[in-house]
Amino acid sequence: MPKIKIDGLEIDVESGMTLLQACELAGAEVPRFCYHERLSIAGNCRMCLVEVKGGPPKPQASCAMSVNDLRPGPNGEPPEVFTKTPMVKKAREGVMEFLLINHPLDCPICDQGGECDLQDQAMAYGISKNRYHENKRAVEEKYLGPLVKTEMTRCIQCTRCVRFTTEVGGVEEMGATGRGEDMEITTYLDKAITSELQGNIIDLCPVGALTSAPYEFKARPWELRKTETIDAMDAVGSNIRVDARGREVMRILPRTHEDVNEEWISDKTRFVWDGLRSQRLDRPYVREFGKLRAASWSEALMRIAQKFKAAKPERIGIILGDLVGAEEAFSIKQLAMQLGIGNIDCRQDGTPLGEKGGRAGYLFNTGIAGLDDSDAIMLIGSNPRLEAPVLNARIRKRYLKGGCTIGVIGEPADLTYPYTHLGAGPETLARFVDHTPATSRKPMFIVGQGALARPDGAAVLATIVKAAKAIGVIKEGWNGLNILHDAAGRVGALDVCALPAGDGGKSARQTLEAAKAGALDVLFLLGADEIDTTALGSTFVIYQGTHGDAGAHRADVILPGAAYTEKQVTYVNTEGRAQMTARASFPPGEAKEDWAILRALSEQLGATLAWNNPDELRAAMYRIAPQLARLDQLTPADASALTELATVDAKMSAEPFRSRVKDFYLTNHIARASKIMAECSVLKTARQLEAAE
Amino acid sequence: MSVRRLDPVQPDSFVFTAENLAWAKSTIEKYPPGKQASAVLPILWRAQEQNDGWVSRKAMEYVGDMLGMSHIRVFEVATFYTMFQLSPVGKRAHIQVCGTTPCMLRGAEELKKVCQRKIHAEAHHLNADGSLSWEEVECLGACVNAPMVQVFKDTYEDLTPEALEKIIDEFSAGKTPKPGPQTDRQLSAPIGGPMTLTDPALYSDTRTFTRLEPPPPLETPKTT
Amino acid sequence: MLADKDRIFTNLYGLHDWGLDGAKRRGCWLDTKSFIDKGRDWMVNEMKASGLRGRGGAGFPTGLKWSFMPKVVGERPHYLVVNADESEPGTCKDREILRHDPHLLVEGCLLASAAMGAHTAYVYVRGEFIREREHFQAAVDQAYEARLIGKNNIHGWDFDIVVHHGAGAYICGEETAMLESLEGKKGLPRMKPPFPANVGLYGAPTTVNNVESIAVAGAIMRRGAAWFAGFGRPNNVGTKLFCISGHVNKPCNVEEEMGITFRELIDRHAGGVRGGWDNLLAVIPGGSSVRMVPAAQIIDAPMDFDSLAKLRSGLGTAAVIVMDKSTDLIRAIARLAKFYMHESCGQCTPCREGTGWMWRVLTRMAEGRAETYEIDMLLDVTKQIEGHTICALGDAAAWPIQGLIAHFRDVIEARIDRYAANPDHDGAVARIAAE
Repeated sequence: MPKIKIDGLEIDVESGMTLLQACELAGAEVPRFCYHERLSIAGNCRMCLVEVKGGPPKPQASCAMSVNDLRPGPNGEPPEVFTKTPMVKKAREGVMEFLLINHPLDCPICDQGGECDLQDQAMAYGISKNRYHENKRAVEEKYLGPLVKTEMTRCIQCTRCVRFTTEVGGVEEMGATGRGEDMEITTYLDKAITSELQGNIIDLCPVGALTSAPYEFKARPWELRKTETIDAMDAVGSNIRVDARGREVMRILPRTHEDVNEEWISDKTRFVWDGLRSQRLDRPYVREFGKLRAASWSEALMRIAQKFKAAKPERIGIILGDLVGAEEAFSIKQLAMQLGIGNIDCRQDGTPLGEKGGRAGYLFNTGIAGLDDSDAIMLIGSNPRLEAPVLNARIRKRYLKGGCTIGVIGEPADLTYPYTHLGAGPETLARFVDHTPATSRKPMFIVGQGALARPDGAAVLATIVKAAKAIGVIKEGWNGLNILHDAAGRVGALDVCALPAGDGGKSARQTLEAAKAGALDVLFLLGADEIDTTALGSTFVIYQGTHGDAGAHRADVILPGAAYTEKQVTYVNTEGRAQMTARASFPPGEAKEDWAILRALSEQLGATLAWNNPDELRAAMYRIAPQLARLDQLTPADASALTELATVDAKMSAEPFRSRVKDFYLTNHIARASKIMAECSVLKTARQLEAAE
Repeated sequence: MSVRRLDPVQPDSFVFTAENLAWAKSTIEKYPPGKQASAVLPILWRAQEQNDGWVSRKAMEYVGDMLGMSHIRVFEVATFYTMFQLSPVGKRAHIQVCGTTPCMLRGAEELKKVCQRKIHAEAHHLNADGSLSWEEVECLGACVNAPMVQVFKDTYEDLTPEALEKIIDEFSAGKTPKPGPQTDRQLSAPIGGPMTLTDPALYSDTRTFTRLEPPPPLETPKTT
Repeated sequence: MLADKDRIFTNLYGLHDWGLDGAKRRGCWLDTKSFIDKGRDWMVNEMKASGLRGRGGAGFPTGLKWSFMPKVVGERPHYLVVNADESEPGTCKDREILRHDPHLLVEGCLLASAAMGAHTAYVYVRGEFIREREHFQAAVDQAYEARLIGKNNIHGWDFDIVVHHGAGAYICGEETAMLESLEGKKGLPRMKPPFPANVGLYGAPTTVNNVESIAVAGAIMRRGAAWFAGFGRPNNVGTKLFCISGHVNKPCNVEEEMGITFRELIDRHAGGVRGGWDNLLAVIPGGSSVRMVPAAQIIDAPMDFDSLAKLRSGLGTAAVIVMDKSTDLIRAIARLAKFYMHESCGQCTPCREGTGWMWRVLTRMAEGRAETYEIDMLLDVTKQIEGHTICALGDAAAWPIQGLIAHFRDVIEARIDRYAANPDHDGAVARIAAE
């Protein structure tokens, strides 16, 4: 490891590190605007200048120079870098002045105010008087779409947004046109950006040139209550910060978690917050004479109890939705067992996951970070760009690093990286069952729900496992079988066994068929909206959840619950990482946290659940699923259990695989309640129509 | 430079003529496989030539699609390089007056006035019948023949306002004036004829040379 | 004065056949194979021994530059890129080589490429040089036809020349911006390191040389490094194309010996200063990017790298811009400031923001519409740009202004005082509007 002296302090640095990183390591703060550790190096803002001893007699951009570029002294002394000399200070002050001469003085009306890099650094390097007496530059406004608001006069041309959309987002849509002082950041002729990750350029913009359009003029950062929590828009488990004022969520920002979302979040994660306010179920309802009317909690619970008691347990079904926390899934599973109800299922999409093969049979076994050193990736029935955009960006990152081949079995789609399209469905997949082992060291399958959420799902899964073994995706010391979930609550629910009882319990698919056939008396939907609610016959339907979506519309009784930002629950992401949300605001009106609703219902049903608070609930849950107690840790699943999956001997249909996500912006009831998401969806549809012409 | 925008009035389509298409293909082949974007300047330039001297939106997109470049990248290129005209120019002549100091010292400002008077008060505007336009450009690299203008492919050098007026009149009349110095001068040689390269021995026969070898080094260099 | 027989560019004025036959008669393509046969080391050493310093402006020893290329050609091919993006105000020498002595350049490309293990050379001609490019392309075609270059040519070194062109961007004359441009992007200079010799065109080892540097390679090898090194003064040797523009009686291009005094250069070749030597005000001796030198200091100065550097200026491209006493120096430099503003790529902050600032202040100063303290402020702004940018355009924009203030501060002060004493506001407005 090279040695280097920073401001007199000698430190060891890793080879290949930039001077800027070395300075940070030595505790010397280096101001920067264009540099970002996850983007390519532009070196254009010139703010990070440092003095290098023995180098040229001018300051060097520390972001662009590697520690390896410096030569030791004549007697082998480590090279020296200074960050606080008069030369450095003068240089940075000069750059700061240049940045400010054409920057508007509109901080009081700028949304970036209070969290602006330029503002902060101007405190350190700005000179107090203005020497620029010419006219300031004004830049024509640009349109980037409904999410990112521009105020391009504020732009300091750092090009972070251009680099992000191109490199991470994988869409070459932003650029810097013109040159010199007329250089402008724009999309091609003001077209909206198509990336599902575009919101991140708002965070990346060091000034107020790109701000959040929906959040525009809504709040000041210092008046917001910040809650660190977990996202539930997909199964990645992105770490987020929810900023609320009073009861209202005002915005959602990413938090850094290297192994999960790095520091990105998808646009759905970021902009769904207006959906938390509209269409909310804020009090219980019961249906009378075909119409829903407001009711008291006790009336609603009593109505449910009557129906439950009147029905035989085998004519009662329970289906869990996509955003159900592990605690809630555990509660309702316990309640079902106490009532002798076997028809319970967390897989409203109808996959065979969790029935066989242990945990390894339904996890993203390599972990998300495992993508970084995979050398061959096969996507089966998955469009990760729509199902998990952040994870897709990681695949792209892996692709850009080189040395990784990517294949797809399923629908061809623009995934932002090139791949070989191997085929459309089961026939192609079957060809790999007797394939010779691949030469790749760490090959992986990424299996989407589109391959499994079908009547022949078990046969497909069996074939996948067989192919995985043949190719070497599953081999001694390596389990590259990765199930990519699209529902935040699914893995947690599988972990607490929210599955049909072994002795004839009906799956979600069978339960729905029974309802259609009139063989079901009561159906309890715990936040389940992604089912065909128009085909439930005369079944008495209970909906517990947050939004007036499909389930609530069909319901005979509605129990208002809490959304993911309003409660503390465990979500287990697709790789099996348990993470706990925190309450950023309270549920509206009379709505309650879901565990409490189920606890109250159990009492009404005479099958009282054995806990009085969330802590007791979790203690019970951890007894059957101890991995959930190990928050933020990955517990490798036993790959040997996968063998039993391969024993299924059913025939696959010829039906091609299709991703389950048809419209990225509208995948759950919260997103469907969001005006912003609706706008994005309309825009995308229009674009698709235009492209189809 | 000023902010460069596409012309508000745009043609509906652009495709290369068969001849230009063949030329474009052979141009792409000059660059290594996968590096076809290298051809963007020559091909966009050819597109401009075909499109009466300016680049339309459709032309940009056509070139981008041909080279596998995203439209924004072509747009960046078209706005960065100032020889790409983003609005129509004079059909008969687009006068590019070099205005940089060496030309300015020898009267370029008077040439600009001629253009303002004869074509349009403002640069990048067509004259009344759309046949002429002008702009001030930066150093065109003919400084010893200053002041000068360029019209499409040719330069007109050693100008006076009167000479430029005459040139503009000729273009306006659909003629192509004789390019090069507009005085009795042999290109970049001094006025009155070359004062060097006058030795006839240089040109009488095929030249041969004898190498002048350096004196042998005083000490034998170490061989490693 | 340099004798005609020692001039390399013997068709400088285009009086003779620029084509292959003419070039051969003038000695081009003579013994070329024998140099290649002597091997890479011999050729590089010959260039080193010749003392040739790069003719593009920076004056870096050409042979040394060639020696930076990897000794062994690995997986990545080596490239030669010839910088024919001649755009430095005052400079018009490469133009003559391209249109009148193109075969010297073609031959030089072959020799330089062979010396560096390259099989492909890209010649980047500035976009505006359309006729020049046509001439050069024709010469390249002739060379292919005669199997002087190409696959299996008579020289035994497979070699291709690609004639590329720009489209109006001075910055592409910066070597790394040129590589970006060649790759089909905007001409934004790259950060160094890595240097092009390691990571250049398409990520492969690349050397970028000026047209004149390459075009003299054949003559150097034919007549011997010692011959070339015999002209001029130590460390500043050889012959050089000078471009004499501005206020002289007979502006012209001429090939002369390095180190010729300014007086001799002007008197012998340019017919003297307009209005006589007493009428000389100042000279920009090396293209717009160097500081001007006042008359008294330049008149007897030798025109070479080191002598002009001592005068806080530079030989640059040897584009000598002469300004007599009729010159409004503030306006002349303001026009250069406008040039740099126009040509700044906009990538890095000091140049993007600073060039416009300097131009605006200078434009006011040209009228006198400024305050005296702003002279020091302007100087300070130039210092804030100089040395703080990715490429040298920032420096180049700063130096002319520094030269103006260093030598003619009193002129600016007088202009400011005059305006303050007798502000002709209407006239000023009219002048601005006229521009």
